[in-house]
Amino acid sequence: MAHDMTAELQTSRRAFLKASVATGGGLMLGIGMVQGAAAQTAAKLSAYVSIRPDGSITVIAKNPEVGQGIKTMLPMLIAEELDVDWTQIHIEQAMANQAIYGRQYAGGSTATPTLWIPMRQVGAAAREMLVMAAAARWKTSPAECTTAAGVITHTPTGRKLTYGQVANDAASLPPPDPASLKLKDAAAYKIIGKSHSGVDSPKIVTGQPLYGVDVVVPGMAIAVFEKCAVYGGRLVSADLTAAKALPGVIDAFVVKGGNNPTGLVDGVAILASDYWTANRARADLKIVWDEGKYADHSTALYDSRAADLAAKPPQSSLLKSGDPSSALAGAAKVVKAAYSYPFLSHATLEPQGCTASYKDGKVEIWTTSQNPEPGRQLTAETLGIKPDDMTIHMIRAGGGFGRRLSNDYFVEAVAISKQAGRPVKLLWNRSDDLQHDIYRPGGYHNFSAGLDASGKVVAFRDHFVTFGEGETLVSNAVLGPTEFPAGFVQHCEYVQSTMPLVAPTGPMRAPRSNALCFAFQSFIDELAVEAGKDPLQFKLDLLGPARPAPATNATFDNGRMSAVLKLVGERSGWAKRGALPKGVGMGVAFYWCHLGYFAHVVQTRVDPATGVWKVGKVWVVGDVGSQIINPTGAIAQVEGAVIDGLGQLAYAITFDKGRATQANFDRYPLIRINRAPTAVDVHFLITNNPPTGLGEPALPSVIPALCNAIYAATGKRVRNLPMTNAMLKST
Amino acid sequence: MAFTIKVNGKNRTVDVDGDMPLLWALRDVLDIKGPKFGCGGGFCGACTVHLDGKATRSCVTKVSAVGARAVTTIEAMAANPIGEKLQKAWLDLDVVQCGYCQAGQIMSAAGLLAAKPKPTDADIDAAMAGNICRCATYIRIRAAIKQAAGLPTADSREI
Repeated sequence: MAHDMTAELQTSRRAFLKASVATGGGLMLGIGMVQGAAAQTAAKLSAYVSIRPDGSITVIAKNPEVGQGIKTMLPMLIAEELDVDWTQIHIEQAMANQAIYGRQYAGGSTATPTLWIPMRQVGAAAREMLVMAAAARWKTSPAECTTAAGVITHTPTGRKLTYGQVANDAASLPPPDPASLKLKDAAAYKIIGKSHSGVDSPKIVTGQPLYGVDVVVPGMAIAVFEKCAVYGGRLVSADLTAAKALPGVIDAFVVKGGNNPTGLVDGVAILASDYWTANRARADLKIVWDEGKYADHSTALYDSRAADLAAKPPQSSLLKSGDPSSALAGAAKVVKAAYSYPFLSHATLEPQGCTASYKDGKVEIWTTSQNPEPGRQLTAETLGIKPDDMTIHMIRAGGGFGRRLSNDYFVEAVAISKQAGRPVKLLWNRSDDLQHDIYRPGGYHNFSAGLDASGKVVAFRDHFVTFGEGETLVSNAVLGPTEFPAGFVQHCEYVQSTMPLVAPTGPMRAPRSNALCFAFQSFIDELAVEAGKDPLQFKLDLLGPARPAPATNATFDNGRMSAVLKLVGERSGWAKRGALPKGVGMGVAFYWCHLGYFAHVVQTRVDPATGVWKVGKVWVVGDVGSQIINPTGAIAQVEGAVIDGLGQLAYAITFDKGRATQANFDRYPLIRINRAPTAVDVHFLITNNPPTGLGEPALPSVIPALCNAIYAATGKRVRNLPMTNAMLKST
Repeated sequence: MAFTIKVNGKNRTVDVDGDMPLLWALRDVLDIKGPKFGCGGGFCGACTVHLDGKATRSCVTKVSAVGARAVTTIEAMAANPIGEKLQKAWLDLDVVQCGYCQAGQIMSAAGLLAAKPKPTDADIDAAMAGNICRCATYIRIRAAIKQAAGLPTADSREI
């Protein structure tokens, strides 16, 4: 992730501005977000800001909106520097077009760090050009002009011109070099730092159509797509007679796919004029599948193989510092524990789907993808359609969480439309969605650590058992050599063993971190208990004194981490937790990922008779830099991350006979309001660092914070997820 | 077979199989897109509508079972005094994240406030537990319902 981030940041630094005349007159200003060294010349105009002579101002939101609030936040950056009132602008979602907008995706909490400067530069440049145009008309100096609410004032004379009145003049001026623009001091912000409710929310609360499932295209059919329940299965034969004979079914046909489980695979498409008819017809399909080589895979098999691998010497080494074997042998106390976590489904509430209209070699696509450009490439490679012959609309998605970074549903919709010769809206049902996900991978950690006589950690070892073939791991099943406490314990060793996996895996909100943090921060809590120390102080001691700040924010800064951890202790009344009633406990954990520093304290009560747990209050402190751009949205992301994380403890995707066994929310029990905390106290520690994103880093440490709180409340250590009430019963 | 159902105050005729869930008659036949599809099994509440004012999962309610009951969807809630207050509170407190579940949440909340104008936090949890929000906006949903009811928004429950 750090590598991707650096590339993105470098890309944004090569930005340059371009201006032209808007359709119907006026100024249209964009910024070239170039890709690669040779791309400067290829970059086209991107119309982020259009100011028309009638004074209307349109601002483009470039990235997909999946609920993270980006369609509100990015235009705030432009509007601030443009010096207009928030109510003066009209916000439009960009089309997916990498040549114009650069990378358009929702992932890795990268939008804030990569776009914090370029989006403000767009606004500032447009403002500067408008001021220059006004000054020219007045034959005066731009330095004598001020702006506010879309009006330019010549201060000495009080003359005024609106942005609309000078928009045509401004369009003929050369745009300034972005580096020459002076951006506002934070003290002058009128929009940034003030809460702005989501721009689509008025439509959402009144039920207006906005989402992928709501798309209507003239002449379209509704399509469903039946695939092999076992990943990698191939279609041998299909009898479609009965399904086709059902009233209302328009057509049914076999679609041949390939071997890429995140692309187009074999299946049967059924088309009808409504979803229910199409979906019902699936029961009448008679399909013979070749279930392939993984048809015997199961969670039980993986657990058993993981136990065998953990008992054997590791297959590869990820990190070795010092002499961990000797240090463990010489330690005053050795602590060992095995942790595991399951596969998880993203379970976006809007199931996957896509609308496509293929005609004469060209296709128009309405997609909720978080990452549409790879969908274009996948579709080009799979179906032989030229990338430039695809017009891609980015449609608001009912949740993403990383699921929509993949584009399997995208290529399916295009394939079905192409074969049917008509527009189709493909809808997956909930079983399709849970059983054909690209899962958060499960994993197994076999820890041992050595404490010296004073309780200090002198050795730390993890034998990570994960999925892959040899050293080639499945996606997002990776333990990196810098995972904390590497670098903070003198003798440290991470080793690894792998086994093959049936299902595709990929990123889920706070990818890798959501799993690793549970295991590492829970085990570190165990070490605190074994050392007889206050867990919060023990963790501060492990972080140690602040080291010199790293050169870039892509490197862990233990000083920032400690400050966040200390503050969450103060805000939560950690020192007074001894006064809590019996059965109530507080736990703490911290984590750094996606450039954000977060610590959580969770207060929980566990009923000893039933094991039912409840969360009271959760305290969160985060350091994401110098500026919270949209406070209401930022706090919302943290509240959501906290409750999402708490929920993740209690459910799992399990496999049997090569297929996922959970088909709906009855067996995949997403967290509901009656398990949500009573309050989430969110505090941002403002530091002198560049602003960074929030969707992901606020999540991981709430999971071990709850597990550690459960230990404090019950003496029971949660080492294997999913956690069940039975695990927590005391009687 | 043709069924005449009263939707948002108007009689509408749908010529469909009587087993078709109301959700799909609304969405795919009548082009009323506010009620959302989340699970098809009555587990998530995204499809919630009112039948004679009572919050009902339209994905597990057959068209043939609607009868003379009045169907109300989110599209008509601005004209309902409780609905209007809820919509305003939802915007004031910026409840929405992805927003996909929120029509169903508001329909369930309106059913609650119609039956119990001054609900406690426990009442809210009980009435709203059938509606999943995958973005987990639950803290703000509780607060918005209380604001719409004219109650203090803080959660006063001790653990």
